[in-house]
Amino acid sequence: MSRRLINWFKYSSPQTFYPLAGKMIPWFATLAVLFGAAGLYIGFFVAPTDAQQGEGYRIIFVHVAAAWMSMFIYLVMAFWAALGLSLNTRLSGMMASALAPTGALFAFLSLWTGALWGKPMWGTWWVWDARLTSSLILFFLYLGFIALQSAIDDPRRADRAGAVLLLVGVINIPIIYFSVQWWNTLHQGASVSLTKAPTMARTMLWGMLLMVLSFWMYAIAAALYRVRCIMLERERNAGWVYELPEVKS
Amino acid sequence: MSEVSALSALIGVIRRDLKLAMRRKSDVLTTLFFFVIVVSLFPLGIGPEMDMLRKIAPGVLWVAALLATMLSLNRLFALDYADGTLEQMVLSSVPLGLLVAGKVVAHWLLSGLPLTVLAPVLGLQFDLPAGSLAVLVASLAIGTPVLSLIGAIGAGLTLGVRGGGVLVSLLVLPLYVPVLIFGAGAVGAQVSGLGAGAHLSLLAAMLALAVFFAVWATTIALRIALE
Repeated sequence: MSRRLINWFKYSSPQTFYPLAGKMIPWFATLAVLFGAAGLYIGFFVAPTDAQQGEGYRIIFVHVAAAWMSMFIYLVMAFWAALGLSLNTRLSGMMASALAPTGALFAFLSLWTGALWGKPMWGTWWVWDARLTSSLILFFLYLGFIALQSAIDDPRRADRAGAVLLLVGVINIPIIYFSVQWWNTLHQGASVSLTKAPTMARTMLWGMLLMVLSFWMYAIAAALYRVRCIMLERERNAGWVYELPEVKS
Repeated sequence: MSEVSALSALIGVIRRDLKLAMRRKSDVLTTLFFFVIVVSLFPLGIGPEMDMLRKIAPGVLWVAALLATMLSLNRLFALDYADGTLEQMVLSSVPLGLLVAGKVVAHWLLSGLPLTVLAPVLGLQFDLPAGSLAVLVASLAIGTPVLSLIGAIGAGLTLGVRGGGVLVSLLVLPLYVPVLIFGAGAVGAQVSGLGAGAHLSLLAAMLALAVFFAVWATTIALRIALE
């Protein structure tokens, strides 16, 4: 037990986390490509045509995964924010700011693919339905976080101010999730739930889950890559940076 | 040093902020005129059909109130931050939360309350019936304190930051959305015969949550800004 605690703290310092992140990036990137290829193959060639929505529904494989990731990444950022505020760890703030652009990317992707899906299904690019609107607000929250962080020069203050904003904004996540029940509108109800059997064919579900895994691995790889850059930038005066082989050469 | 009681500190901060604002009335009045002008622009842009105006009135008034509150957020902490008063407030023996609460109350008295009082007059321009006007005033009376409270977090976070004025809108406006939905929705619900009770209750629930969490978050934000 005590051994594990030591291991946790060991990697909470940039000096030890930097090489670890470097070793992990290729693995996660490879997994992202593999899962993505398998998911897209199932999505486009194996999964049957939907009885009501025809071929157009196949965008679900990207759309649902992107929407899930956009919400999940915000939660992860809020987790890092809480950790950083309460334990005052340097790495937490770096992780939160490294995740933000990926989260914003997924939020944008989910809005865009949602629009592409909406046109053939509902006959319109955009409806002011609760779920779409709250996804849009989530996208705005990401932008606000990035804007706040880039406006503050002192990285320590930027981390802590961003953390407060994240924790305030995390109130938005349950609103997204429960909005389907709150307002009864055009958007179809959730088609995957943990408590009852899914209403979609098993192959479709597999394709979707593979895509979620692929996006997940991509998000981890991208965030680790970005956090390494942030570490180098912020620790540029630290001794360990000069001993790195890539800096020395 | 004599111990200052919590209540007298709260009242002291409110009175101080009100007095300061009264010495520079133009700041307060500018926000109010902004509200009036924005609301008056909508009929010019949309057209004078009364049916249409009656329908959009609650939304227009609420969005204008949102923008007016947001514009006035700047004066919440910025002046005290610039002359060092805020630093003394953080250092004082009175809990910072109380002082922040006092400043937010003063901010609401200077922006939210006048907006609420003005709203029925502007509502008449949009031909709102008396019942809707009453609901509109009630929703603004419950909702504008929430706007001041949430706005205080944004104002605290952007203290002394480059481009603070524009940045605060980017941070705060998304968080205002639930208030806007239920505030403007209350009038719609009353018109459609559902009754505004549910919407007003939800607004009041948000106010109760914000009184605790927003003040707390603002104190954290101020401490970060002053570090």
